[in-house]
Amino acid sequence: MKNKQHMPLFHVAKRASIKWYYAFLIRAAAILLALVAAGIITTVLTGLNPFKVFGALFTGAFGSKRKLWVLLRDIAVMLCIAIALTPAYKMRFWNIGGEGQVLIGALAAALTMILLGNVVPHAVLILIMTAASVLAGAVWGVIPALFKAKWNTNETLFTLMMNYVATQITAFFIIIFEVPKGAGQIGIINQSTNAGWFPALFGNQYLLTILIVLILTVMIFFYLKYSKHGYEISVVGESERTARYIGIKVERVIIRTMALSGAICGIAGLLLVGGINHTITTSLVGGRGFTAVMVAWLAKFNPFTMIATSFLIVFMQNGAGEISTAFGLNKAFSDIITGIILFFIIACEFFINYRIVWNRRERKEEM
Amino acid sequence: MEYRVPAVRMQNISKTFGSIVANDHAELTVYRGEILALLGENGSGKTTLMNMLAGIYYPDEGQIFIDGEEAVIASPHDAYKYGIGMIHQHFKLVDVLSAAENVALGLKEKGRLNLKKVAERITELCDQYGFELDPWEKIYNMSVSEKQTVEIIKVLYRGADILILDEPTAVLTPQETEKLFTVLRNMRSDDKAIIIITHKMNEVEELSDRVAVLRKGAYVGDMLTKDTNAEEMSGMLVGHPVELSIERPDPVDPKPRIVVEGLTVRNEEGLLKLDDVSFTANTGEILGIAGISGSGQKELLEAIAGLQPVEKGSIRYIRDDGTEDELTLKDPLTIQKMGVSLSFVPEDRLGMGLVGSMDITENMMLRSYRRGNSLFLDQKNPHKLAAEVVKDLSVNTPNLETPVRRLSGGNVQKVLVGREIASAPTVLLTAYAVRGLDINSSYMIYELINRQKAAGVAVVYVGEDLDVLLELSDRILVLCDGRVSGILPGRGADKKEVGLMMTRIRKEAADEE
Repeated sequence: MKNKQHMPLFHVAKRASIKWYYAFLIRAAAILLALVAAGIITTVLTGLNPFKVFGALFTGAFGSKRKLWVLLRDIAVMLCIAIALTPAYKMRFWNIGGEGQVLIGALAAALTMILLGNVVPHAVLILIMTAASVLAGAVWGVIPALFKAKWNTNETLFTLMMNYVATQITAFFIIIFEVPKGAGQIGIINQSTNAGWFPALFGNQYLLTILIVLILTVMIFFYLKYSKHGYEISVVGESERTARYIGIKVERVIIRTMALSGAICGIAGLLLVGGINHTITTSLVGGRGFTAVMVAWLAKFNPFTMIATSFLIVFMQNGAGEISTAFGLNKAFSDIITGIILFFIIACEFFINYRIVWNRRERKEEM
Repeated sequence: MEYRVPAVRMQNISKTFGSIVANDHAELTVYRGEILALLGENGSGKTTLMNMLAGIYYPDEGQIFIDGEEAVIASPHDAYKYGIGMIHQHFKLVDVLSAAENVALGLKEKGRLNLKKVAERITELCDQYGFELDPWEKIYNMSVSEKQTVEIIKVLYRGADILILDEPTAVLTPQETEKLFTVLRNMRSDDKAIIIITHKMNEVEELSDRVAVLRKGAYVGDMLTKDTNAEEMSGMLVGHPVELSIERPDPVDPKPRIVVEGLTVRNEEGLLKLDDVSFTANTGEILGIAGISGSGQKELLEAIAGLQPVEKGSIRYIRDDGTEDELTLKDPLTIQKMGVSLSFVPEDRLGMGLVGSMDITENMMLRSYRRGNSLFLDQKNPHKLAAEVVKDLSVNTPNLETPVRRLSGGNVQKVLVGREIASAPTVLLTAYAVRGLDINSSYMIYELINRQKAAGVAVVYVGEDLDVLLELSDRILVLCDGRVSGILPGRGADKKEVGLMMTRIRKEAADEE
């Protein structure tokens, strides 16, 4: 019996499968726990009533009709970047260059608006902008893919560095086209003519953007799940040796997939410029190229699940912004809250994949 | 018989992984001074049971007694405390370190590390049990059998007197196996308890004192080796009587199908793996390839399949009408498009032949997904094929949607072989087709291969079990260090002779060809 103290209290075992409602329950519990933890932290650090603070989270996200549309618009952009990255990640190509690919697409759209704004009809202009953005994003995606395919360079570093190149190129063009001279920014492009601005649908200027992203999401879902290309992407991602064994040209798949990934990032850039901001700055993408990686991972690369994960993340970002303004706290505090909640949501995946087995020893009282 | 306290007694041990029951109230007893052979089909829970003894898994239920005292083994460290050491199928050594350094890794001795002392002790152990090992040799310079020796020394060094060996002979030549057995017998005389997991009946009969059988995770029974025979043991582990003989029908009208001439291949590091290899594979015939693992078997098959760059030489494919096609330096897709139906069952099943995370249907698609002009996949036909393979080869799987990674080794191989045969090949290349497979699955694979031969397929069979190679092959090509040391007729070939040819080039044999 002297060994008893060595017996581990519990051990971890992998789950074969989990019922959907059980997984849902775990996630709900995680969010609840996250709110409790965030509440305690709020009270300790600021002395505020946590319920009021959480209330502000909701008013920040859904508080008015305008806020609601902004929320939907931001979800659309996040979702667009996430589905753009998905084919690359399915192929195990660690594309963290979404930021740059979106920005370069946005730059292409902005330059087209500036240069051709008063030259061609509006409809033609939007078509040219689309082509320019898609092409620019695709090129930005293909460059690291080419190097990976030909010389097996590390795509993580390569795509990361391409972000900085994109930022600097954008900065360069901003100075060239700055309005007024010396302002260091471009300002709203074609404000008087609205040339290259996406038309409002049913009186709403964001609706078109949202619809485009939804259509893209459905297309990517079918592309990945049911097309021959999608199948090749999965095989290459799971095992390059298997891919070669059955005669898939791995290099070609890598380049093709990154062209697609970059092109959709380019579309996200187009939406930001043509559909939403009508201007370009170096911080236009604002880190969403990175956040989208998390959105895609959390959704396990299922485009439809990404609607939910991008909602979750955008909701918290927009809501947390309200907390800092409403209570006069600085921006860092809302980041703390967002961080805590995300931590719990990601950590709960462990309990979905594994179960904890408590070791109980039957008591042998009769002995 | 007098009562002895067993070194290990496992009682009522259960372990489940998700919905899969690996062990179901299993038992096991082993005494000191005894070699126990643990038998069971693939997926019968042998390795899991042993992993619980070695502290890698923790049982969900049940008790373990060491020398009569209840023991709690929650980690490999605990296992060492009880003197239990396990030699795994896949070696866990650091390639760039020497034998002595590998042994010293993870030791928790007080004071500074004294490698010299470690090396001395290793030499002592070697002398005591009859190993041959240079403690200062780097692992990457070692043969598979030397690496295994390091693994065994590693556990002996830690004072293990209960040893578990998981399929130790799977990677050894007959001569190396014989040496290992001598060592194990020496350990038995030294009063150590030894458990050996194996699929090879002749080894069980030759080496063990007692046999314990597991079936579907549960304990079936045990018996003294001298009181039983291979047929009885096989019947016990399968659950019904089995026939243990491999058919070898005479080849019908063999004609050259693949002609390889002067094939020379270097691997990525520039090392010569095949040196001037020439042979012909005939239709309706099984050409067995014998050799120590790493003698160029992999490169040979991959070169034919179009996966290995060829430095010199040619590979030609001869059609039924006598026309010839050059296969040299063609990639797999080109070969397929030329209308050459070549099937290849590679050694690395999950890393090359299949995609582990995909289900059976998706794996069937690997060969056929390109068919048709549609942009989208045809899922219907692969699904039908998957259902057929599962039924015809009695693949044990919960359903067609289970990732193949979750299937046991034998079932994985059935899926792979089933797919490769389904394309009605004219050439079938197989590498270690029965490695890690239990008796039942192995004989099923032999039968499938024989059926292909009867259908006129040119079969190239790379194997490691010489007994099987000698029973199955019509002709045997022996490779030694990338060169052909001879091609013999399979009927009447002598095991010892083939074993010797595997380790040195026999000039006369090569000349005779």
